Amino acid sequence: MRRRVAVTINGTKHEHEVEPRLLLVQYIRDVVGLTGTHVGCDTSNCGACTVELDGHSVKSCTVFAVQADGAQVTTIEGLAQGTTLHPLQQAFWDEHGLQCGFCTPGMIMAARQLLARNPNPSEQEIRVGLEGNLCRCTGYHNIVKSIQAAAKVMAPGAERKAPAPVS
Amino acid sequence: MIPAAFDYVVPRTLPEAVAELVKHGQEAKVLAGGHSLIPLMKLRLSTPSFLVDIGRIGNLSYIREEDGHVAIGALTSHHDIEFSELLKNKLPLLTSAASQIGDPQVRNRGTIGGAAAHADPFGDFPACLLALDAEFKAVGPRGERSIAARDFFVDTFTSSLEPNEILREIRIPTPPPGSRGTYLKFSRRSQDWAIVAVAAQVRVTGHEVTQVAVGLTGMGSHPIRASGVEQALRGKAGHDDELRGAAERATDGTDPPQDLNGSPDYRRHLARVLTRRALEQVTAHH
Repeated sequence: MRRRVAVTINGTKHEHEVEPRLLLVQYIRDVVGLTGTHVGCDTSNCGACTVELDGHSVKSCTVFAVQADGAQVTTIEGLAQGTTLHPLQQAFWDEHGLQCGFCTPGMIMAARQLLARNPNPSEQEIRVGLEGNLCRCTGYHNIVKSIQAAAKVMAPGAERKAPAPVS
Repeated sequence: MIPAAFDYVVPRTLPEAVAELVKHGQEAKVLAGGHSLIPLMKLRLSTPSFLVDIGRIGNLSYIREEDGHVAIGALTSHHDIEFSELLKNKLPLLTSAASQIGDPQVRNRGTIGGAAAHADPFGDFPACLLALDAEFKAVGPRGERSIAARDFFVDTFTSSLEPNEILREIRIPTPPPGSRGTYLKFSRRSQDWAIVAVAAQVRVTGHEVTQVAVGLTGMGSHPIRASGVEQALRGKAGHDDELRGAAERATDGTDPPQDLNGSPDYRRHLARVLTRRALEQVTAHH
């Protein structure tokens, strides 16, 4: 039996009839068409599918779409303001925080939760805070540097330099 | 991976949820945070044809102190337990265990009630709740009943909850001042299940160990109390040699499994070492 769900993703409300067994990540990618959220391991290990569900980072491969009925979801596509990248995106660009890029959307969404809870994390706190996200290029060093750089920019009162526009 | 098809209902109250379980019998499963059940369904190791999602029932997520107990709502997330000031002060054993479950995303969704009802022998909360003499409040078609922790964890993935019962609350006697707890977990990868873990709650009054409770994860088909350790240490002064001697008895009456993570002998070794470290940690500076 299909059920009607209404999910607000990045500020836009979407309504569809879905099977209860449809996973949130499949809903986001295959039904709504936002493919920035990736499916890596599909077993709630790798974190590539991380999105925010009502303000909490979750692995969207381990949530049914029906559980998100009425919820606010933020995906990687919801971070940039027009052509201006989110400070985390900009920092990953500036600090070379990605190699193949597959884990990046999940890394950035996990980092966003990490910085929301701890705006000035130590290197160790960043490494522990990312324990739910795997980078198989093993590019963790620059990922940590990127998050440290973003934390500086995002700190309350930080002077914001104009980020490069997205070409 | 796509789970087998199922039908789904979202009750708004516990009695409604119980009524759905009664109606659908063995075909139904309760969905809470879903972080044990959904992975099993995706692997088709679990194929319920009906899910009762209790995630929208109000007033099941709380941590409060009342009548000499700490009461924790069944839908309280691992994250909320990890960062609870009340639990940090009164039951650091639980905050310590919560911080070692899965990863931040998993802790945002997973619930203590789900973890208890799932009764995974490698889960982290069961051994803690057993060591803390928790009491489980379950609601069923004939009303509410209370189950002691020693009667709750029956076997691998099996609690003493009836198929038509839902865990509502976990109550833990507030440890007296001076009682200290910790959870030491050994695994080979971050975010992994324990190979063996030890939950210890100890109180040293003056020069006497007046309370000692040790729960073991991964040493049998369900969490167990290390009663040999408890007997050996109760009433002693808590000197280093006594702690070491007591920890040697961590394997009394255990039947650790053999799997890819370790042999029974390896697990016995881990249990003794982790028990000694846990006892040293909670009795330090006395």
